Amino acid sequence: MAEKNKILLQGNEACVLGAIRAGMKFYAGYPITPSSEIAEKAAELLPKHGGKFIQMEDEIAGIACAIGGSLAGLKSMTATSGPGFSLKQENLGYACIAEIPLVVVNIMRMGPSTGLPTSPAQGDLMQAKWGTHGDHPVICYYPSSVREMYEYTIKAFNMAEKFRTPVLVMTDEVIAHMRAGVEIPEEVEIIDRKKPEWGKSYLPFKVTDGEEIAPLAAFGSGFRFHVTGLAHDEMGFPSNNPLRNDEMIRHICAKVDKCNDEIVESAEHFTDDAEVLFVACGSVARTALYVVKQMRSEGVKAGLLIPKTVWPFPEKALKALSSRIHKIIVPEMNMGQLVYEVERIVKGDSTVTLLEKVTGELFKTEEMYNKAMAVIKQ
Amino acid sequence: MSERIEFRLSGSGGQGIITAGIVLASAALYDGKNAIQSQSYGPEARGGASKAEVVISDSFIDYPKATIPNYVLCLTKEAYRAYGENANEDITVMADSSIEIPEGKKALTAPIIETAAKEFRPMVANTIALGFIVGCTGVVSQESVIKALLERVPKGTEELNEKALYKGFEFADTVMGR
Repeated sequence: MAEKNKILLQGNEACVLGAIRAGMKFYAGYPITPSSEIAEKAAELLPKHGGKFIQMEDEIAGIACAIGGSLAGLKSMTATSGPGFSLKQENLGYACIAEIPLVVVNIMRMGPSTGLPTSPAQGDLMQAKWGTHGDHPVICYYPSSVREMYEYTIKAFNMAEKFRTPVLVMTDEVIAHMRAGVEIPEEVEIIDRKKPEWGKSYLPFKVTDGEEIAPLAAFGSGFRFHVTGLAHDEMGFPSNNPLRNDEMIRHICAKVDKCNDEIVESAEHFTDDAEVLFVACGSVARTALYVVKQMRSEGVKAGLLIPKTVWPFPEKALKALSSRIHKIIVPEMNMGQLVYEVERIVKGDSTVTLLEKVTGELFKTEEMYNKAMAVIKQ
Repeated sequence: MSERIEFRLSGSGGQGIITAGIVLASAALYDGKNAIQSQSYGPEARGGASKAEVVISDSFIDYPKATIPNYVLCLTKEAYRAYGENANEDITVMADSSIEIPEGKKALTAPIIETAAKEFRPMVANTIALGFIVGCTGVVSQESVIKALLERVPKGTEELNEKALYKGFEFADTVMGR
């Protein structure tokens, strides 16, 4: 029997409830299908929770304004879909180099360009990692249920605050629009950014030997510092000192990279004795789980790895599995993106087969079963 | 997987098909079951065909959409053509009486649209249909569907909707020979 006291929520609604639970006080954005319910719900709920909502003139202004809100000391978020995610890339890089906590939600629809506004896809997985130029850390959660939309939005805020960096919550239209019962947890961990102490010298971009992350003062709270997208010194003023450039870039990457083990999340189903491994995310992982169970009932030893953080990718978990499972199948709603990361990690340990789908529909169970069985029988 | 019960509800935009799906899923939660509801989006959802799907199970639901639905509700001829006509014999079609269904086809029918217009208001056709579905299938308790319905309908229409739901239960009793 399932648990009681669940409420029926849409994925996008759960995202906003999670954000508010995490302490979001500011939302700036530009509504776009299939993420619009996030803006709608944020507009409805934020004023009731002591927060502010603003609809900007476009997606670029949306993220720029959210960055400003965060710098002013409020936990801030923006949400979008493919075309808007493309527009936001420059400012994502700005938040990375200026070390500004921020949550950006991207509900994937089929592209490129305006593509299919109401259809699910997974075409932004690599864009999430490489969309903005230059070396920078990327933390990207990929919820595969409504409950996870709630949980991972909270975690995204926590990681953004902890590491002073933008964090992505990315999923596909299916998860964003479906409704399911969610039991709201009584207790959740909430992390707030460190703030500087009065009376001590304040260097917001100081890099210490232990890679400790400098506190972030709310702009306008009395501490004077500069914020720029240019390479900068410890006070935030533009600098082109080669030693400082090296220190700054290594710092913004290392502060996240060295905590990869703490950030990475994945789930495994039926992998203990698996001879065939599916690697899938989001709604595709749900089709894959159905197919894995069906195969198991017919004696095929199939298993499933679901990356919950696509970035950083659960490299250790996959490496451990690929050392003993020599057939890997990667179904994706794109022409092949996750498969590159899988191939990079398994390095020839296993044969990796991509199952691509670009019809703008979720993989159907029978379709994935048939395509995967053809691979297994090879 | 056999314990999954899948519904596809179809009609035209504005008939409240999606609300009916949400109420059905919500009622299943009140019964302590798992439920996932999804719906058609985009241009096709505006005025044209409208579709909602609900999957109900005692255990975890992996695939969130209907595979081969157990029950397909069709409130219009267009919806029947899209989702009912080609339904195989494992699928029970539940349809408005105005739709012509060939003999030999497994279908449960009731005068949903006509009753809504004559005895209630056209807007409660979805509620009568919901009562019909719940009455015929017993997939959720009547108590839970009433609770879920009253939470989701516009204020001031509670009594109207509750009566419409009971009308659906009555139609179910008739076709099920109770």
